[in-house]
Amino acid sequence: MAELMAAGEEPEILFWVGCAGSYDERAQKITRDICKILHHVGIKYAVLGTEESCTGDPAKRAGNEFLFQMQAMTNIEVLNAYNIKKIVTGCPHCFNTIKNEYPGLGGTYEVIHHTQLIQDLINEGKLKAEGGESFKGKKITYHDPCYLGRGNGIYEAPRKALEVLDAQLVEMKRCKSNGLCCGAGGAQMFKEPEKGNKDINVERIDEALQTNPQVIAAGCPFCMTMLSDGIKLKDKEQEVKVLDIAEITARANGL
Amino acid sequence: MVAQILFLVLTLAAIALFTVNLRKIIRNIRLGKPADRQDQPQKRLMTMLRVAFGQSKMVVRPIPAFLHFFVYIGFVIINIEVLEIMIDGLFGTHRIFNGLGGLYNFLIGSFEILAFTVWVSCAIFLIRRNILKLKRFSGVEMKSWPKSDANYILITEILLMSAFLLMNAADAKLQLLGASHYVNAGAFPVSQYLINILPSSESALVIVERSCWWFHIIGILAFLNYLPYSKHFHILFAFPNTYFSNLEPKGEFTNMASVTNEVKAMLDPSFVPAETEPGKFGAKDVTDLSWVNLMNAYTCTECGRCTSVCPANITGKLLSPRKIMMDTRDRITEVGQNIDKHGAEHQDGKSLLDDYISREEIWACTSCNACVEACPVNIDPLQIIMELRRFAVMEESQAPGSINAMMGNIENNQAPWKYSPADRFNWAQES
Repeated sequence: MAELMAAGEEPEILFWVGCAGSYDERAQKITRDICKILHHVGIKYAVLGTEESCTGDPAKRAGNEFLFQMQAMTNIEVLNAYNIKKIVTGCPHCFNTIKNEYPGLGGTYEVIHHTQLIQDLINEGKLKAEGGESFKGKKITYHDPCYLGRGNGIYEAPRKALEVLDAQLVEMKRCKSNGLCCGAGGAQMFKEPEKGNKDINVERIDEALQTNPQVIAAGCPFCMTMLSDGIKLKDKEQEVKVLDIAEITARANGL
Repeated sequence: MVAQILFLVLTLAAIALFTVNLRKIIRNIRLGKPADRQDQPQKRLMTMLRVAFGQSKMVVRPIPAFLHFFVYIGFVIINIEVLEIMIDGLFGTHRIFNGLGGLYNFLIGSFEILAFTVWVSCAIFLIRRNILKLKRFSGVEMKSWPKSDANYILITEILLMSAFLLMNAADAKLQLLGASHYVNAGAFPVSQYLINILPSSESALVIVERSCWWFHIIGILAFLNYLPYSKHFHILFAFPNTYFSNLEPKGEFTNMASVTNEVKAMLDPSFVPAETEPGKFGAKDVTDLSWVNLMNAYTCTECGRCTSVCPANITGKLLSPRKIMMDTRDRITEVGQNIDKHGAEHQDGKSLLDDYISREEIWACTSCNACVEACPVNIDPLQIIMELRRFAVMEESQAPGSINAMMGNIENNQAPWKYSPADRFNWAQES
């Protein structure tokens, strides 16, 4: 972003990568695929690079409003300094926080999640499912991330992105507004679960496996971790792939 | 005449007692912190009409939705009959509305059918709770009083409907006998089948008819006064509760204004914050919660839809969103009783956090909003959990160790993991 600024240019959209997308090895692949999609359709985008910083979401959900607002205000200063208007995020948590909680602190932007961007590009005819891996007839089940689905009512965009694949979409018993959490939200990602008789991600994987899928589609790096761990635990890594909507889109287009 | 005076006294006493208790509850709710829920009145009204009147969130579970609809519609419509009972009781008349002719017959006939469907629905509800023992109605918080409360309500409704139908049957038989005072009025599609089980002498029938009439109205007055002590309070509070419910996206958590001032002052020393009252961060006790949270607690009818979809509860953790609401109501009731007994300044040394809700419960929440989505009357248990977390973290620094480590990482590395900020852009180099 600093380079664009120095060249006196402004991006159409800022890609907010997020901490998981920046550091987590698995999520880095998703990040790169989102970049490939942006590049493929010729959108002029920028990233903040080392100037990006945690949105403060996990701190806020853990109850630390101080730390959240410190992070938020620092980020808003950076975003406003670059005159950012539109943001696409690779993570529903970043998406929810910047979209809903930053405006009250002085940061108002048009914020979309990457599955919404993909939906828009498909609707505009800029993105198809051609020239790459065929998902035709494959059984895919989509896991709704809480902060995209119930948190913000976005159920259709990710499904739309899957519909163009001509695959066989199967819904889990608990889906859309009734979707079951992967177990990572509310800062659970960063702690051991409380005492119980089962891990939440295992409960979810059991349900996903009931649909007999070849692909479990995700839209959140935390869900990705939880679902992948579940699949590993069930020893189903060979039969079932957990893929982000961005990865599926990139593969289908041979990017 | 004696009957009319007795009726008047009973009615006034019941209304007075109910008013006293209702005012206490409203006072208790007002012990909560302010929350602005006055915006967008039109949208609020539509939400109330859709969710409370229209029962839109009940349909997710069709069987109870169907049965509950009968009880709900029966409650609303049969209350028209209560108006007639009130007038008859006060003026010593009998079936005062019979002048409506065909319409009256239609109304009474409809009430009878509704009374019958209410009766059957309540019986099925009792079977679901006590014989089929549905999982949703069990749980640590559903022992003793809450369990009995549900059964008392259902039995009372069955008794009230039985009295109503038996009263009509006796009335119909008296009409057939041509008894004086019993005008030919009403249609009796259900109670006609009860006529044969009744005695045939006129005096005995009058006793049955009058007993049922009195039982029915005294039952209703007693039930009215049972509401403030019961989960059944939802029949009234569902309406304001949905009206004042959150209209923003569920993922959005409030930004604490008191924190904003401090953070602004830290980032910019020249910033002078507007005067705000010093208070604690988050909630330790019910009086630290907002009035909306407290109204939510009084509205909860303990149906357990929240708990049955809670990922933590499903996987055997201690957290139950229903228990969060019940604990909040029990505690605010206790705080209210303390005020009544010992005055407003009294402290009993207890608090919602620890004495009612444990740390283990609040730290089991994934903030997934499933409980909020599932509630048929828009109750928000998540907000209470978050306020308790805020207190634990910001006032006490009592978070689980790994949460503290995560927050330390954000402070030092601007990421929840221990990675260097300088490495944040490394993802672009590899592939």
